[in-house]
Amino acid sequence: MARPGVRATDAKKINSELFTLTYGALVSQLLKDYENAEDVNRQLDRMGYNIGVRIIEDFLARTSTARCTDMRDTAEKIQSAFKMYLGVNPTVTSWSSASDEFSLLFDQNPMTEFVELPESCLSLKYCNLFCGIIRGACEMVQLEVTSWFVQDSLKGDPTTELRVKFVKKLEDAMPAGED
Amino acid sequence: MAIYSIYILSKSGGLIYQYDHTSIKVEVEKTFSYPLDIQLTEKNKRIVVAYGQKDGINIGHILLAVNGSQLNGTSLGDGQEVTAFLANESNYPVNLKFGRPKLSTNDKMFLASGFYSFYLIARQLSPVLASSGIEFLEADTFKLHGFQTLTGIQFLIVTEPNQMNVEHLLRRVYELYADFALKNPFYSLEMPIRCEKFESNLRLVLEQQEESSVNTA
Repeated sequence: MARPGVRATDAKKINSELFTLTYGALVSQLLKDYENAEDVNRQLDRMGYNIGVRIIEDFLARTSTARCTDMRDTAEKIQSAFKMYLGVNPTVTSWSSASDEFSLLFDQNPMTEFVELPESCLSLKYCNLFCGIIRGACEMVQLEVTSWFVQDSLKGDPTTELRVKFVKKLEDAMPAGED
Repeated sequence: MAIYSIYILSKSGGLIYQYDHTSIKVEVEKTFSYPLDIQLTEKNKRIVVAYGQKDGINIGHILLAVNGSQLNGTSLGDGQEVTAFLANESNYPVNLKFGRPKLSTNDKMFLASGFYSFYLIARQLSPVLASSGIEFLEADTFKLHGFQTLTGIQFLIVTEPNQMNVEHLLRRVYELYADFALKNPFYSLEMPIRCEKFESNLRLVLEQQEESSVNTA
């Protein structure tokens, strides 16, 4: 259905390099300000969280997706969100035997295309923003998860691996009558 | 075909946005001679018609103006009490304007959070789990359409009973909320939405919707 003139955000493209440059500038400025890679990781996660709690509404509004019933469902949704917002298609693998934990493997990552980590900040998790986004977004649909980087191709690992683990369902935040 | 108003409720049930699109104005003016053949009482600092419905002046209407000058609560522009003024025969004939009371912002907040609990009750009444709650509520003069997102935000649209395609409109409003409220970095979650871009885009969508339903009708 045509939607003339309403959507300001549709079909608009920005140069992806401008985006990665902006992100790079942000991370390097954070490093200068905090001087400590651990603090920067924490800040990135926090920023990601704030993005996540907002972007989830956009995702739901555009995809009219239904509530997830299990972690495999969630993994699929997170995968499609990466495709939708970042244009990458991570592979979902390494399920734990309890099906509550999985990994997203990124064979390409536009955010790190030009990045080389200096020796001095090997503990920096350059893309820690992603962890925060996933955590924030899931929290808004009453799902508490933790996520962290296991491998990072920036640190010489063969691939970039992001692990997501189910913690609990936030029953208190559930809209009543839906439990 | 008309869309009357839109309400957005946060996940805790508070009203965070309200917009009146088309409002129906009911105002009746009439000149009365002494004695006044309509019973008026004072209620909530307003003069209300209590009894004696006639000529389109209905019970429950409030007195808006006397001789063309707007009332200020229960007193006239010059500070004189209306009841005293109307009791004095020398002031007649008098021209009175009545109308349907408008909902104040407070009333709206109160009603919206009331509806929210009502909605939750409806959900719990459902024999099957994961009910959608009240999707619409039909009355003789209006139809209320509701939609709750997975995150718990609720959108309500009040329309004319025969307005079509409101489900689609609800989703559009959700998209607008995701775009113009949430993507505005200075909007904080759960707070009242005061974003001009949101409002102007909403108005545009509503106008389009009304046009398209006129075309298909």
